[in-house]
Amino acid sequence: MEPILKEVQDAGLGQSLLREVIRLADRFKEKYGHPPAYMEVCGSHTHALARTGIKRALKDHVRLISGPGCPVCVTDQKTIDAMIALTEGENRIICTFGDMLRIPGSKGSLLKAKTEGKDIRVVYSPSDSVRIAKENPDNEVIFLGVGFETTIPVLGIALKEAWEDGVKNFSMWVTTKLVEPVVRYLLDSGEAKLDGFLLPGHVSVVLGKNQYSYLVDEYGVPGVISGFEMNEMLSSIYLLIELGLKEEAKIINNYKSVVKDEGNPQALTIMETFFTPNDEAWRGIGVIPKSGLDIREEYRSLNAKIRFPVTVGEPIKTKCRCGEIIRGLVGPEDCPLFGKACTPMKPIGPCMVSSEGSCSAHYKYLRE
Amino acid sequence: MCVGVPAKVLERDEFTAKVDVLGSQMTVGILLVPDVQVGDYVLVHAGQALQIVDEMFAVVSIEEWRKLVDGTHS
Amino acid sequence: MKERISLEHGEGGELTHRLIRELFVEHFGHHDQARLDAALLTLPAGKIAYTTDTFVVSPPFFQGGNIGKIAVAGTVNDLAVSGAHPLYITCGYIIEEGFPLDALRTIVETMAEEAKKSGVRIVGGDTKVVEKGSADGIFINTAGIGVIPPGEELHPEEMEEGDAVIVSGTVGDHGVAILAARGELGITTEMKSDCTSLYPLISNVRKASQGIRMMRDPTRGGLATTLVEICEDFHVTMEIEENAIPVKREVSGACDILGLDPLYLANEGKVILIVRKGEEEKVLQALRETEEGREAALIGRVTRRGEGKLFLRMPLGSTRRIYRLSGMQLPRIC
Repeated sequence: MEPILKEVQDAGLGQSLLREVIRLADRFKEKYGHPPAYMEVCGSHTHALARTGIKRALKDHVRLISGPGCPVCVTDQKTIDAMIALTEGENRIICTFGDMLRIPGSKGSLLKAKTEGKDIRVVYSPSDSVRIAKENPDNEVIFLGVGFETTIPVLGIALKEAWEDGVKNFSMWVTTKLVEPVVRYLLDSGEAKLDGFLLPGHVSVVLGKNQYSYLVDEYGVPGVISGFEMNEMLSSIYLLIELGLKEEAKIINNYKSVVKDEGNPQALTIMETFFTPNDEAWRGIGVIPKSGLDIREEYRSLNAKIRFPVTVGEPIKTKCRCGEIIRGLVGPEDCPLFGKACTPMKPIGPCMVSSEGSCSAHYKYLRE
Repeated sequence: MCVGVPAKVLERDEFTAKVDVLGSQMTVGILLVPDVQVGDYVLVHAGQALQIVDEMFAVVSIEEWRKLVDGTHS
Repeated sequence: MKERISLEHGEGGELTHRLIRELFVEHFGHHDQARLDAALLTLPAGKIAYTTDTFVVSPPFFQGGNIGKIAVAGTVNDLAVSGAHPLYITCGYIIEEGFPLDALRTIVETMAEEAKKSGVRIVGGDTKVVEKGSADGIFINTAGIGVIPPGEELHPEEMEEGDAVIVSGTVGDHGVAILAARGELGITTEMKSDCTSLYPLISNVRKASQGIRMMRDPTRGGLATTLVEICEDFHVTMEIEENAIPVKREVSGACDILGLDPLYLANEGKVILIVRKGEEEKVLQALRETEEGREAALIGRVTRRGEGKLFLRMPLGSTRRIYRLSGMQLPRIC
């Protein structure tokens, strides 16, 4: 496996692929009068495209538009405020992913609450927070669960463990998002002009290739499922341009080593068992019906939203344009706050906080 | 939207496995990959193995990409 | 029962006296100095280098060392990279009530041993004991004095286009060893911290080449942050090559899992050297002769004077600008 990993990162192959991508992209432009434009739905792609230098190397040839696939960035302000408000209660241990710590709420952040003495712990795995609950029976342990389809089954497993072991002092505040509803929203609104999608590799591990047939059948848009290493992404972009040149709308699985046609049935079952569709609010978009999952009624005792209801006011409006950025309408530099009032040290919008947010990736990797 | 890394399974019991990522080890859940065997590679995300990595497909993919650049791709 | 440090050890009475005599003076050998309130020292001619640093490593013991080793090595390294020959160190301890005496003894022994490697003498110290909960086990402050003999001063202001950027070994080892030792994120590794005194290595290199413009040890903030600081402080632009930066396999693995960047992870036994063009081979050879410098590598060049920017050349050939670490690195899943 290690020699394979070396090859997916091999610079020589990467440079050759880059050359071929540019050659094909220029043919595309000749044929259609505009450079090919693709949306990478997934925030990890945004991060990896910037970090590996692909985005910069392709900047005059292929438009790579960052989509709404960073779970932190798409969480609306009110939800974030509610999660931060959860830290106010007595005897609580709040567990979450490292990504969440710095997100700015209307008043402070989790990191600030931690500085003020609240017990907030960064865990790598949601199951670790169930263990923390068992070790601290006198505390209420609340896990803040964000994520798309990759992470939802992992959240489900933590719920399963807590349920089966009867862990009474554990609950989870979930605000999860699904890829299909938001992709449909973007296509239906017709806002961003796209020639195809670079489809999220790890979400597809769970969902499977077949799940994307709506893109082809209903919208006539091609998509390529891609991994996150340099040559995986370059070859996927190549395949996308090639589909465009052939005027062929289909889904190609370019991440066959882990993505199956039918996805991961165990993961899908866990999702189905513990979660039910929910109308989720997306930053800058608003509520999209059934665009997320919440904990099923049967497991309401594990649902922190029911156990610890919090009320938060309407958030204050800032000039932050994260909402338009996640819809692919504007780039980070179009925001008046970018790099000035809003930096990774003092982020105003979530796109600057999450390492896979467009603003953060742009700030870190694409600014001169 | 999700960090995922290939990890080699060193040991497994019913629900968990000890895996190695380039020399660093950790214990991950294997509920989602019940058929995993010692020696397999799995894709790990947030402490769970999400899928068994099919090394043959990985090799085939790289061959296909090489064809893209040497002009033998059809 | 295991003997522990109590508040009485810090009260200045009999227990304090015994602790100082039997532990610190015994190991550090500063009998003469310990009789006075200050150590009286004679320094050879030259410019005096003087530095202090406080060490708050959690946990105090980890693969490859302990807080005592870092406390001595860290201060020795700050002196050595400034071009000085380190001579004397003092150390102050803040110990949490209940800290095991055995552990303290091990730490002190390690410090004595580490000081010996560079011929540095520990000439004074102070111990305070604080109530349980007021500190995390043990904190150590060390201050060090060294001398730069006439003619041996470094001249970072002379850095110019073409100068080589060299790192003495793999980066991120300490950061990952500490992450693993904390155990919070579930990662285990056989990998040791690189924590060590660099004076012997630096002496070797300086004997071999007159072409060293400046040195820094990339501790907190890692290689990237330290290089950014050099660029900004001395108004030079550098370009380093991603593929040339030595990173251990285990460090890459841990960073992949947790979504961290090895360029921002701490090192405790590495030095960055900026070397006059033409001298790089001599320097690399002298580094590689030593155990600590075996994996030394040329990672980039100074590309121009003037603006202070750091660029990283990526495998695809494009470059990106590198900034200092913003806030702290947090493990991420997305």
